[in-house]
Amino acid sequence: MKVTRRTLLAGAAGTVVAGARARAQAPQVPADPTKVRGRPARALGERSPFEAPKRLPRSATGAFTPHQDLMGTITPSDLHFERHHGGVPDIDPKRYSLLVHGMVGRPMVFTLDDLKRFPQVSRICFLECSGNLNRTAPPETTPQQLAGQTSQSEWTGVMLSTIFKEVGVSPKATWFLAEGSDAAVLTRSVPVSKAFDDAMIAYGQNGEAIRPEQGYPARLLLPGWEGNTNVKWLRRIELSDHAFMTREETSKYTDPLANDTARMFSFVMDARSLITYPTYPVSVAKGWLEVRGIAWTGYGRITRVDVSTNGGKTWTAAKLQGPVLPKAHTRFRHFFQWDGSETIIMSRAVDETGYKQPMRGELFAQRGPGAANYHMNPVTGWIIQPDGKVVYKQEPWGPGGDPA
Amino acid sequence: MSIRRVLIGLVAAGACSLTAGQAQTPAPAKPPAAPQPERFGIGRPAAPEEIAALDIEVGPDGGGLPPGSATSADGAPIYAAKCATCHGATGKEGPNDRLVGRAPGDAFPFGRDPAVPKTIGSYWPYATTVFDYIRRAMPPTTPGSLSDHDVYALTAYLLTLNDLISPDAIVDRESLPKVKMPARDHFIPDPRGGPKIAPMPVKPK
Repeated sequence: MKVTRRTLLAGAAGTVVAGARARAQAPQVPADPTKVRGRPARALGERSPFEAPKRLPRSATGAFTPHQDLMGTITPSDLHFERHHGGVPDIDPKRYSLLVHGMVGRPMVFTLDDLKRFPQVSRICFLECSGNLNRTAPPETTPQQLAGQTSQSEWTGVMLSTIFKEVGVSPKATWFLAEGSDAAVLTRSVPVSKAFDDAMIAYGQNGEAIRPEQGYPARLLLPGWEGNTNVKWLRRIELSDHAFMTREETSKYTDPLANDTARMFSFVMDARSLITYPTYPVSVAKGWLEVRGIAWTGYGRITRVDVSTNGGKTWTAAKLQGPVLPKAHTRFRHFFQWDGSETIIMSRAVDETGYKQPMRGELFAQRGPGAANYHMNPVTGWIIQPDGKVVYKQEPWGPGGDPA
Repeated sequence: MSIRRVLIGLVAAGACSLTAGQAQTPAPAKPPAAPQPERFGIGRPAAPEEIAALDIEVGPDGGGLPPGSATSADGAPIYAAKCATCHGATGKEGPNDRLVGRAPGDAFPFGRDPAVPKTIGSYWPYATTVFDYIRRAMPPTTPGSLSDHDVYALTAYLLTLNDLISPDAIVDRESLPKVKMPARDHFIPDPRGGPKIAPMPVKPK
């Protein structure tokens, strides 16, 4: 935009108006709440007017979870990240149905009420988009901007194996197609073995109906597997003896390697950790400081999270908040005394397979410089500057801060 | 006897009788788990016509391709009207996904060189996916608006722009699965610890 006196003035006026509005919107509370009768009961609760965590829309097709504002491991449903390829559809649950056909003894249609009549299960697990890393993040980057495409819920629904027994899946069926009823009619091929392991059709999220952004009224849930395979707004499942080679599993969501091949059907999300405090934009004071974050792995349980507060020279095992659940965000915490000199804090996760979260350099060495932005799970670091400001910085961290 | 001693005695007696009561009554046996049938009889049979209405996917062997055919010439005006805004006049300009172009020597350098565009001609392993995806999701502003003939026409046009078929080739359910895609043999199953299931069955010739 060409800057003229008029645009400058308009901009200044806009700032003034925004400032006045912010002041006008500041919550009004009594000086002493014990001297004023409080508000009566109401039908629907809401957050304190002093709290306003928000998703960060990246574009029309996705919005990220504000990790820096969250505690524990459950993501409030309205802050669960969203990612879609044809927008969020509006679906009438009374008109919803799921068709299961193909290599089955009995092709069948299930309404939402039908799905809810089957034995119900709940489980807590993370859900992560496989493209969950901002690879070129500047110093002024929050955890939300860096890796805001992982969230965690308690999901409720029916085991997919229950449905597969109901329709009599052929023992010769090895793959199934899952199809959504969004405008992208998104499809992915999934091995039948996952259905008989831990796959679910979920219709509940954190104690209530699943949110539209997460697939209302019902979605596929494949614990530990890349988000894209967890097809939302699920309308159809077709059993087959081969994969369907949909666009999402060929031209997208495949991982080129340095040896002129590309991995396909790279379903499982590798172990990863993310520091959520202290991170940009907070400032900290000298003294005791608790590093906090989340760690997760699609292969099972997190067994250890190591934290370094000196740029990787030494590592200490952080405390894990139990219960540590499989395929779930696990909260880690580590207290240390910051002496006021510039340092780098970082974390690395280890899972029950023995896999250790790689450094960025190791990851690119394995995958090649052209690695697509899927399944990128490097150790990430935050610099605490002498003035207490915390900023993001990716590897290499530079003199005094090189990883051990 | 002081009140205190009486109280202590009563408490002791109570404790004794509680212990005795526990000893006399065995813990109830754990009731058997509820039986769970293999099938619950929930849901209804799917009618053939409702399966046909939804069963739209096209497999890599061409399974699911509808009747009909088209050539590149049929597709050019449809592309110009409905696709060029997002994918560019010749499929190379963007701003959205670049659709046209081959990698030098039809190599597969994507892991080494992030600058090589992933197009239909360089990165897509199956021509059938082009048909399936266009019919499924394009154009995003009016999804599901293209006829099967339109989709055949656009598929033929894009394959021609990528030099994968000749400009006068007829694309139909027989010819489309046979189009040789340069990327076809460069995809490998995930070598990490995930499930080991071949994506395609080995079919006897």
